[in-house]
Amino acid sequence: MSGPMTTVSRALPPLGPTRKLRLPKQAERTLSNGLTVIAVRRPAVPLVELRLGMPFGRVHPARAAMLAQTLLSGTTTLTGVQIAAELQKVGGGLSAGVDPDRLMLSGAGLVTGLDRMLEILAEVLATAAYPADEVATERDRLVDRIQLAQCQPGHLARTALLRRIYGRHPYAVQTPTPDQVRAVRPTVLRKLHDQRVHPTGAVLVLVGDIQPERALDAAEQALGGWNGTGHVAELPATPPLEPGPLLLVDRPGSVQSSLRMALPAVPRTDPDHAALQLANLIFGGYFSSRWVENIREEKGYTYGPHSLVEHSAAGSVLLAAAEVATDVTGAALLETQYELGRLACVAPGEEELEQARQYALGTLQLGISTQAGLAALTSAYAGSGLRLDFLAEHAARLAKATVADVADAAAQYLAPARAVTVVLGDAQRVAGQLATLTEVVTEPAGP
Amino acid sequence: MSTTRRATIPATRYPVERLTLDNGLRVVLTPDRSAPVIGVAVVYDVGIRSEPEGRTGFAHLFEHLMFQGSENLEKLAHFRHVQGAGGTFNGSTHLDYTDYYETLPGNALERALFLEADRMRGPRLTEENLRNQVDVVKEEIRVNVLNRPYGGFPWLTLPPVLFDTFPNAHDGYGSFTDLESATVADAADFFQHYYASGNAVLAVSGDIDVAEAVELVERHFDDVPARPAPVRPSFVEPDLSAERRVSYTDRLAPLPAVASAWRVPDPISDFAGYLPYTVLAEVLTDGDAARLVERLVQRDRSVTSVGGYLGFMGDPFDVRDPTALLLQAHLPPDGDVDKVLRTVDEELDRLATDGLADGELARIQARMATHLLRDTDAVLGRALRMAVLEQQRGEPGLLNELPRLVGEVTEESVRAAAATLRPQRRATIEVLAGVEQ
Repeated sequence: MSGPMTTVSRALPPLGPTRKLRLPKQAERTLSNGLTVIAVRRPAVPLVELRLGMPFGRVHPARAAMLAQTLLSGTTTLTGVQIAAELQKVGGGLSAGVDPDRLMLSGAGLVTGLDRMLEILAEVLATAAYPADEVATERDRLVDRIQLAQCQPGHLARTALLRRIYGRHPYAVQTPTPDQVRAVRPTVLRKLHDQRVHPTGAVLVLVGDIQPERALDAAEQALGGWNGTGHVAELPATPPLEPGPLLLVDRPGSVQSSLRMALPAVPRTDPDHAALQLANLIFGGYFSSRWVENIREEKGYTYGPHSLVEHSAAGSVLLAAAEVATDVTGAALLETQYELGRLACVAPGEEELEQARQYALGTLQLGISTQAGLAALTSAYAGSGLRLDFLAEHAARLAKATVADVADAAAQYLAPARAVTVVLGDAQRVAGQLATLTEVVTEPAGP
Repeated sequence: MSTTRRATIPATRYPVERLTLDNGLRVVLTPDRSAPVIGVAVVYDVGIRSEPEGRTGFAHLFEHLMFQGSENLEKLAHFRHVQGAGGTFNGSTHLDYTDYYETLPGNALERALFLEADRMRGPRLTEENLRNQVDVVKEEIRVNVLNRPYGGFPWLTLPPVLFDTFPNAHDGYGSFTDLESATVADAADFFQHYYASGNAVLAVSGDIDVAEAVELVERHFDDVPARPAPVRPSFVEPDLSAERRVSYTDRLAPLPAVASAWRVPDPISDFAGYLPYTVLAEVLTDGDAARLVERLVQRDRSVTSVGGYLGFMGDPFDVRDPTALLLQAHLPPDGDVDKVLRTVDEELDRLATDGLADGELARIQARMATHLLRDTDAVLGRALRMAVLEQQRGEPGLLNELPRLVGEVTEESVRAAAATLRPQRRATIEVLAGVEQ
């Protein structure tokens, strides 16, 4: 408040003793058809979360997107509306999504409806019909959604960045064009389903108010007969990042610029990962980071800058993103390079590391404190061949990373010289600013 | 007769302890020792509707200022102390309240209480912080409204069609002119008036011992100076008696879109009259088996997506009167908004006249129970909901009752609700695509 204050000075209370990370009760079984089922008990609410991930690499993006869009559109005995209604009866729902690594079926429902949800899931997996009418409807909807995405600055910036960093790797193009989607027919989807929607390498995760062994029995009962044999495609490793000129994507009339940077990173199991995660936090990975304090809280250039390590099956990458005011686009890039360079060249402070470490450890606790959080983590870990006990290993590595470890990781992975940079914005207004800092090549925005 | 087996709607039994400190601060504690985490929420009874004319966006701007240091804390200290304890934080501004909250490992309870008490005694309102946060808020508005298609649709664009008075109709994000002309003195007045201990609720959920938590709450909040809650004016407006419809071109939008709103009963004083509308919204739009999805998306293909909900911010149980049931839809390139609205009328008529199908109501209620339970699985979801229920209704334990109450809504009341959604009570905003495909 303005004016003289007559307040007592108060000291920040210390933290209480740390409460130990306790992993929930779980069980796992691999069925004879190759499906792995992991069941985790968290009985806080009478619900169950379901995640089924299937390897889905090297599928054409249009076919993959259309399969996810129409997988729940009907089976040999149920229409899409009936599937939705049957799931609703037990408070449940299912949705399908796809990325370059996996096809995912996700849902939640009343735990009393678990058997029924699994039964419907099994029917969809075994007999999804891809009815012509529904496929036509969903095709149009997907085309509209892609057109909408192509008007979103965030989507356009990501598309340009992926193309720039992945070159000829399958990860380079993750969104199909409308024309590619329009060409997908039901016969193609049925064939793709036969080839790729099968239990080998798939992992079903069930989390909730369940007895794990009994949930495994229920899953085996429902899905033991799912027997699509097909192939699993291996993805080649992602190529190393090749820094070069800044790619400026022109979006005339933008009232903001989308700044994106990619930096090298390592998979979860790499010995450097914990130290890299801490270095990333200190740079821009949480609100109390140098980057956020600099370009938001000190300079007011942006609302929500953030950076994170993104893990995919074929490689990991560190991504930094900020939407910045057009007039300060160059200035924001300068500060970003400064903060990356400063961390790469000068070791962080002890206290600064301690704060990032506590955040990393604390958010592990928070992440597994809900059924949905546990399901997401268990499923993501399973996608990398890991189990929940990796959480404890990772926590131990976070706990013992030293200032020197973090400084080494920063020098190796966060050096601005290694960054690939893309800016989407009004080129007429920002090209000059950016060119004062680095070489710039410009291309028009577009799919 | 129904032949469908009906799923039993389960309930939660979160314990609720309530107390009021001498300075008027109301406190709600809800222990749950199943995970070593806590949720802490402080809710002030002031939101967008209380902003004075010429100060659009001020409630939200002020929310930002509450993070910029306080009596004993420098700028940036709040963030560092929460995250350095392993926690996460945020705040948000609604029509009728503003909340501040943290999720933390259980050992950080006292620290969180200290931080919230310190800013309740007084945030550091400086010219430098104000100018900085005006810039940050302008970037927030650019990200969420100005630089993207359908920015502010429909939560910012529909209220001025449905409502006439400034409190209900104005842009809650604010105009750049109003934001830029805000002063430190405005902020000090706003704090003095609305951020009174008597106008706030503190809720703590999760891994706490109640007796210990009460002691810590008293230790940190007892000496927050007492100030009574200001009298909240009535924001009531008469219902529409003739249809209203407005359209605008969104230069970034590739496809047309439409949203309609109808006024609904007072969520607080007529909760029983209000509840059927929450069920109706789901009957119409929840999933592929919902009426409007089946008809508009799958059969007619006249829309590509449709959603329905209560409250402009999708907040059915934390908004006061006046509020509305909203339907919104995105259309294909040559979509016909008139046809979509006619079909909605037709489906509402059919529902009002013929009622629901066998088992339809029960499955919607089961699904709503799942959503409600899932939202409260996170300790913070529980703390926030209970804080607002305490503030607006004096009844935080209602959270435990919601799944059951939703389950008791009758077919007759859903039909009656549908019958009130007539074209002459409807306000509609139409987005015309500004991007050539």
